[in-house]
Formats: sequence, structure tokens, C-alpha cells
Amino acid sequence: MISSQHTSAKQFQVRVLRQDGPGQENRWEVYKIDHEPDMNVISVLQRVAAKGQTIDGRASSPVAWDCSCLEEVCGSCTMVINGRVRQACSALVDRLLEDKPGEIELRPMTKFPVVRDLCVDRSRKFRALQRVKAWVPVDGYNDMGAGQKQSMGEQEESYPLAQCMSCGCCVEACPQYQKVEVIREAGESDEAFEARKNEAYDNSFLGPAAISQAVLFNRNPTGKMNADERLEALKGPGGVHACGNAQNCVSVCPKGIPLTTSIARAGRAVTVYSIKKWFGS
Amino acid sequence: MAQQKVVVVGGGLAGLSASMKLAELGVAVDMISLVPVKRSHSVCAQGGINSCNDQTRQLGDSEWKHFDDTIYGGDFLNHQPPVKEMAYWAPRVIDLMDRVGVTFNRTQEGFLDRRRFGGTLYKRTAFSGATTGQQLLYALDEQVRRREAEGAIRKFEAWDFLGPILDDEGVCRGVVAQSLLTMEIRSFPADAVVVASGGPGLIYGRSTMSMVCTGSAASRCFQAGAKYGNPEFIQVHPTAIPGADKLRLMSESARGEGGRVWVPRTPQDTRAPQDIPDSERYYFLEERYPEYGNLVPRDIATREIFDICVNEGLSVENDRMCVYLDLTHIPREELDRKLSGILEIYEKFQGVDPRDTPMKIFPAVHYSMGGLWAGYERSADGGLVSGSPDNQLTNIPNLYAIGECDYQYHGANRLGANSLLSCIFSGLFVAPGIRNLLSSHKQAASELPSSLFEGAVKQHQERHDLLLGRTGGSENPYLIHQELGNVMTRAATVVRRNDQLAEAYQQVSDLEARAQKCSLSDTGNWTNQNVVFTKALIDMFPIAKSIVKGALQRDECRGAHFKPDFAMPSLKSTDDAGRREEAEGWCDRFAANTDKWLKSTVVSLKDNEPDITYEDIDTSSIPPRPRLYGLVGAEVIDEVWTERLRQKQATQPEAAQPEAVAGSA
Ligand SMILES: Cc1cc2nc3c(=O)[nH]c(=O)nc-3n(C[C@H](O)[C@H](O)[C@H](O)COP(=O)(O)OP(=O)(O)OC[C@H]3O[C@@H](n4cnc5c(N)ncnc54)[C@H](O)[C@@H]3O)c2cc1C
Ligand code: SF4
Ligand code: SF4
Ligand code: FES
Repeated sequence: MISSQHTSAKQFQVRVLRQDGPGQENRWEVYKIDHEPDMNVISVLQRVAAKGQTIDGRASSPVAWDCSCLEEVCGSCTMVINGRVRQACSALVDRLLEDKPGEIELRPMTKFPVVRDLCVDRSRKFRALQRVKAWVPVDGYNDMGAGQKQSMGEQEESYPLAQCMSCGCCVEACPQYQKVEVIREAGESDEAFEARKNEAYDNSFLGPAAISQAVLFNRNPTGKMNADERLEALKGPGGVHACGNAQNCVSVCPKGIPLTTSIARAGRAVTVYSIKKWFGS
Repeated sequence: MAQQKVVVVGGGLAGLSASMKLAELGVAVDMISLVPVKRSHSVCAQGGINSCNDQTRQLGDSEWKHFDDTIYGGDFLNHQPPVKEMAYWAPRVIDLMDRVGVTFNRTQEGFLDRRRFGGTLYKRTAFSGATTGQQLLYALDEQVRRREAEGAIRKFEAWDFLGPILDDEGVCRGVVAQSLLTMEIRSFPADAVVVASGGPGLIYGRSTMSMVCTGSAASRCFQAGAKYGNPEFIQVHPTAIPGADKLRLMSESARGEGGRVWVPRTPQDTRAPQDIPDSERYYFLEERYPEYGNLVPRDIATREIFDICVNEGLSVENDRMCVYLDLTHIPREELDRKLSGILEIYEKFQGVDPRDTPMKIFPAVHYSMGGLWAGYERSADGGLVSGSPDNQLTNIPNLYAIGECDYQYHGANRLGANSLLSCIFSGLFVAPGIRNLLSSHKQAASELPSSLFEGAVKQHQERHDLLLGRTGGSENPYLIHQELGNVMTRAATVVRRNDQLAEAYQQVSDLEARAQKCSLSDTGNWTNQNVVFTKALIDMFPIAKSIVKGALQRDECRGAHFKPDFAMPSLKSTDDAGRREEAEGWCDRFAANTDKWLKSTVVSLKDNEPDITYEDIDTSSIPPRPRLYGLVGAEVIDEVWTERLRQKQATQPEAAQPEAVAGSA
């Protein structure tokens, strides 16, 4: 409840790549910010909003960005900071300035359509979770007693995968994941637009996070029971074969999820499944 | 009849569990949420979720004891039937969470592992690493996605709920909401509306809550005529990491796993904490509360830490208040296995490894026990009637409240790991009642005259346009928010005094007037976060005023509401007879206070001012008894009170108790 409010005379610059709406031109704007102790990129953006002025004194509308938990657990605030995709809330200003004195550069992720400024539309990630049926298909929600016993070891393998917060860092870094942007047509209904978007998503790469989720649910004692349905999705277009094994994803995941291990597992499972299917068993 | 539909506002644990259960029961659901539901504030919960379980049972635990701990922890301000029902459902809720794939920690043999949380002597808390809330939320999110894929649920994510739509009879017929992208304002006709919008932490500026926890949705219902219960009961968490943008929680599980709280006996000792020998450390919780030690309930821990820093001047640092929370005596591997998540948060945001160096922590606003008033139908055995449409119903017909935004479960103080439980329980339990409500309706909301819905949209559109048009005004919404947070934090948190509260009420009212003059730096109609925030800010005031007024009027101490001027004293006498006599007097005073104040605060908004009445509480299962943690003479008081209770029960075995309170407040 108590914070130290010292200010130092030091200042630094913030460059933000701005865009007013989907499909519009983008432009850089630069702001000058007073350095305070314990700043993160969220507090920088708050100061930018309060300032309302660029470095050359032009009035500027507040930069739009997403955030919620401020604890790096909800995934909202993902953006490209000094060229690296990460969460703004856990990006500490002092560390950033150590690496690159005097300036911080903020850009929206490049693999998702920009909504405005630093906000992007990540609905494709949630659609991918539908494609791989990332859930346990329980009969229903009545009281049926406890689930199956699981060993400590099993839990310790599942838990890391279950921490994926759909932030998008992995796909931002992945060379095989290409941006899919569907622009709404004039007069198009919500449903029609949604359907067109989903179709475009469904024909493109699932990405490492969704593959890893398929692996997670294929490990679950109940989830196993419809493992084939998930393997079918992984086998199809945009499935696990689209991965070029560049390993970029695993190095940027803020939760340290062993994505390449998951992908390798998924690849093997798909191969076994395809052979089995080939022999019609 | 056309298809009936339920709108669920909010997709945290409460909203998701209600939606998935409704979908299972064949009811069509539209979910409306500010953030993608998978990013809801529930992801932040770290510690765990409570239930009596097979292990604790062997040690004498039972659902009844979980019920009793919750009521005692809540200082008897909770209505007992919903709490009883929740405690008895708790083991089943956890079984269900296990089945839907929550990665709970396991024992060697493969059972769910449990830990101990504050306010109980049993290891009731199931947990999943240090991200239990995230794991629960994801499992429910997955079930909802499954129903969405089947077409049973539609999600409207990045939509702001602007208010319920009431017809001329005051019956809720749907909601108005606004897209955060296109800024389109639209009506959603609904045969029932469930508000599951979480807590109002942002009213305090910085808290442990997420940035979307503005309380705006609850406030909009309140402004539309819904009653608000127990606003003054705000839980301050004893252990948070002070930060400039947020006060990040250090979960109670740090103490549950053996963390010890201490300060150097020498004020502001300049030595590194590791260099201070045990004899020069003051483990004040362990010394003052030998039975519970570091695991005293939250309100007590908070007050003690506050007291050590403010009154005893023993804060670790000079210019910032904090105490040590020490885990360094626990082996690294054990810490990594059980607490890695929360320790990483500390490391990430403070740059110090808490496995080597004690953490510095201080209390922060954390949870609102108060919320939208909701009723229930009491069963003969003192629980709830399952499937009753009255359960969780606000005073507005067809409008329900569940999760942190209702006032029902936690009384004057919430026990750790009970909130995740109440969110999921209330979500699952409300669904069959709503289904029954829908079957009693003769007409679907979508068949009502469109003028009702158009009128509501028009009203909100006008408010929106007015705000956008207000340029060149003098006030900045972000600065007003900061000031509001400062006023509220100063006057309405750990220690409350009437003069400060009265002053705060005036200050909050002044800020409210100024907020009406805010001008916007963004007047566009595409993803305008400025206008969305300003609306939420304006809607903070009705609840902020209710918190302050409720606290001002309640001249007693109860749970999280602590007014030193009205505290019950310790016993002073040193001889037995004197103590006994003093204890009699103490109990007289306690009984008189209970008669006067053991009542829910129920607020309605009249001409934008909170109007407070007090409502009796159903205490039919567990008679109120004093909460005596740490009081000198506690044993004697307890003895006297127990004798009195026995006598009373002998003379009037069937004490008259209120029946259902549904619709009565
Ligand atoms: C840091 C932290 C740790 C905690 N740890 C624990 C713990 O270990 N155990 C425990 O039992 N409890 C814990 N709690 C408490 C618990 O997490 C919360 O009480 C609980 O998650 C609330 O869930 P909910 O479903 O009611 O609301 P939330 O999860 O807050 O969800 C609210 C939903 O409402 C939506 N919403 C809000 N306003 C609007 C609007 N105007 N329009 C549209 N949608 C809106 C949001 O988008 C969101 O989807 C913790 C709390 C905090 C802050
Ligand atoms: S390993 Fe595969 S998924 Fe990961 S970055 Fe490389 S191509 Fe993408
Ligand atoms: S796998 Fe990691 S990087 Fe990818 S979405 Fe999940 S948390 Fe983010
Ligand atoms: S705000 Fe949630 S991850 Fe940054």
C-alpha cells in the first residue's frame, strides 16, 4: 500500500508502432518519459497515456494496449519489446535500458491482425484449441466420484503443459506460422464474418501451443479415450507436419513449456496413428 | 415459444461453471466478458481450493467442521444455509474438477495432495502447483469451449456489460453491452441474467486484483435497483509484494508450507536478514498466537503486521513498511515442487531469490466479501433447496449474482481457499434453479416488444455520446482514479476510525462530482479504451460510497471490519474470581453487540446516495460465539459463553429462526 515516489531526472525514449485500425497504415511515434524506480512496460504505457504528447510536442491519442493480471499469468499484454516477443507486465524498464540504453521500442505482434496499436486479435489461438479438442470429454457434470489416480510423475509432466496461457509468444517466433488476416466486408453479419475467419484459420498451421495441448489431453486418463480425434487434427493440413523444427518456439515461451518435446511426441503419435489407420485397425 | 436464453456476464470461475452447467441442462447461453474468458482474474489465484477429504476425515474433520470454520472465520455474518450447502458440496466440486483434468498435485500413492490454509486446523486445501486458479479456470474454459463447439454457448469476448434491461414491472429481460472494438452498443434479450463479474479491487487504486476488476458490472446492477450487501467488508491480504503498478500477492500457501513471519527486534536493523540470529528475530505471530502460529486467519495476520510496523515501529525498512516472510529454512527442492510459481513471481518482479533471502511483504486490499445481495431457499435441514429458482437471485426478478460479486458466502471475512470453492459451487448450483425458472415462463424474452430493447440501447448510446462529446473538460480520469484509491486505502482498509471515514465520504463525493467533468483524450469510435475506463471510473463511486458509509455506520469490530474505538477488551484481572466476573460482563456486552450488529448491511441506491438498512441473518445451525483469537482471558470468556449457550438451549430447544429470506431484503 505504500510506495516510494522518488523521481530521478533521468529520461528515456519510447518508440511505439501505432496503427489506428485493421488494415490501416502504421507509423512510429516517439515519447519521452521520466525514469522512476521499479517501472515495467505497463507503467511506461500508463505514463505515455497520461502525457498525451509525442517527443516533438504533438498531441497524441492514448496508445491502446491490453493487460489484466500484471503478474504474467493471463497472457493479455504480449507484445514485441526491443525486438523480442514477451509480456509487457514482466518487462522491467531497468533491465531493458541495461541492454539498450536510452530507448525502448514497442511493436504489436506480427503474426496476428492488429486491432489497434499494440492490441491484436488472437482468436485464431482459441480456434486452434477447438480444432484439437483440447478438453476432457467427461460424460457430464454430475457427481460421479473422483477422477482416476495419477502418479506424482504424471502430474509433474502434465502440469507444465497445462500452464499455457495462450499468449502467442511461441507462434510469433515460429517461422512456419504465417499471419492470417480476414478483413470484414461491408454489411457482413457477425456470423458470416466469424465463419469466414474460422475457415481461414482451420486451413492454416495450428502452431506449437495447440499441438502441445493435444499432447496434454492425450496424456490425461480420460482424454486418452478420444486420442484419435486429436491425432486426426494433428495429421491434417496445418497439423504437426507443418512444423519445420526450427525450435524458436521453445526458447521464447515465458512459461518454459517443453514445446519441442511435445511436438516430437505428437509427430511420433501421428505416425503410429497413420500406420494403424493404413492397416485399417 | 421462441428459444429461451440466459446471458452470463463474466467468464471467471463462477461464470464459466454456470455456463457449462446450463449448457449441459440444455439451456442456450450467451457469455459476455471484458477479456477473453481464459484471461479472467481467476487465473491469479495461487493457493488452492478447500474441501473436507478422506485424509482430514480420519483426523476428525467433517463437512460440518468446514461449515463451522467458514462461519466462525466470517464472524457469523454469513447466512448459514448457503454456506452449509457449499461445505457439503465441496468434496464433490473437487472430484468434478479432478475429472475435468485439473492438474492437482498428487501424493506418492496418486491421491490429491492437500495443504493447510489459515483459519483451520486441517489440511483441506487441494492445489495445483502455485497456479490453482489458472488450472481451475483453464479446465472450465475447456469445457465451455467444448460446448461452444457444439453450438450451445456463444461467447462475446471484449464486450462491456453496460446494464440490465428492466421492463415496466422491474423484471430483468436482458442486458445492454458494448463492443470494445467497434464500440457498437447492442441489446441481448435474455430470460435470465447471471452476473459473475468478480470483485471491485480497482476502487482502491492498487490491490492484488487484476486491472479489469473495477466492480463496474455489479455497480451497474446496483444503479438499476439491485441491492448490495455488506459493502464495508473488504479483506486485506496480509502478504503482498508492494509494487508501483500492482500489489502482487504472496499466497497464504507460503505460510501454509511453513513460511515464518518476523521482524528484527532492533528497529530497522541494517544487517542482512540472514545475518540476524534467531534470538534477535521477533516471530510475532508465533509468539502471540501459539496455537495457529503463522496461520492465523487473514484479518488477524493483517492487523498484527500493520501493528508491528505502525504502532511498534518495527518495519524492516525505514521509508517503506514491510516485514519478512521467510522460507529460507525449507529445502530448495521442496520449495520448487510446492511453491515454484509464487516464488518465481517474487523473483521476476523483485529480482531477489526468496529461496535464499527472506521476502519483504506488506498487506494489500485483496477481496470483497460484500457484493450484490442474493437470496436462497432454505431446506428443512438448514441447507438449500436444490433447483430452487430463488437461489442466488437478486431482488430483481430474473437477475442472478454468483462468485465474488455476490455477498453470500464469506460473511465478515473470507477464509483462504474458500473463494474458488464458492465461485464454482455457486455457478454449478445456480444452473438447475434457472432452468426451472425458465420452464415456468410463458413467453421468451426475444418475443417481447422490440421497443423495450431499443429504448435501453438508446439510453446507453446517449450516455456514451455525451462522454465522447465532452472535450476540453478539466479533469483527467486516470488522476481521479489515483486519488480515489488513496482516499479509500487510507480510510477504509485495516484500521477504521469514524472521523476519517466521515472525511473520506466527503472526499469521495467530491471526486465523484469531479469525475462527471472528465474529458477524454480519445474521442474516436474504434477500440476507445479511454471512454471504457472513464465509464468504469464513474461507476466505482456508488460502491465506494457504500463501502465508506457502511463502515462509518457499523460501530463494532467484526472480521475484516476493525474499529479500535469499539474493540472488545482483553480481561485485565489476574485472580480467578475477578476474571470470572469480568468475563460475565464481557459476555453481556458481547450479547448486546450481537443483538445490535449481527445483521447484514443491505444498501440500495436512492438518488445516487447509498441508503442502508440491516437485515437479520439465518444462524439456525451454529449459534454465534465470540471470536477470541489472541485475546487475554479467552478461556474464561469461552467457558462463560458456553455455559450461557447451554442454558439457553435447555430452556428454548427450538429457537425461532427465519425461514427462507428469498426476496425479503
Ligand atoms: C492474487 C489473488 C489470489 C487469490 N488466490 C485465491 C486462492 O488461492 N484461493 C481462493 O479460494 N481464492 C483466491 N483468490 C480469490 C479468487 O481468485 C477470486 O475471488 C475468484 O477468482 C473470483 O472469480 P469470479 O468468477 O467471481 O470472477 P473473476 O475471475 O474476477 O471474473 C470476472 C469476469 O467478469 C468479467 N467482467 C467484469 N466486469 C465486466 C463488465 N463490465 N462487462 C463484461 N464483463 C465483465 C471479466 O471479464 C471476467 O471474465 C485470489 C484472489 C487474488 C486477487
Ligand atoms: S519447432 Fe516447429 S513450431 Fe516451434 S518454432 Fe519451429 S517450426 Fe515453429
Ligand atoms: S506455449 Fe508458451 S508461448 Fe506459446 S502460447 Fe502457451 S504460454 Fe505462450
Ligand atoms: S497482464 Fe497478464 S500477462 Fe501481463
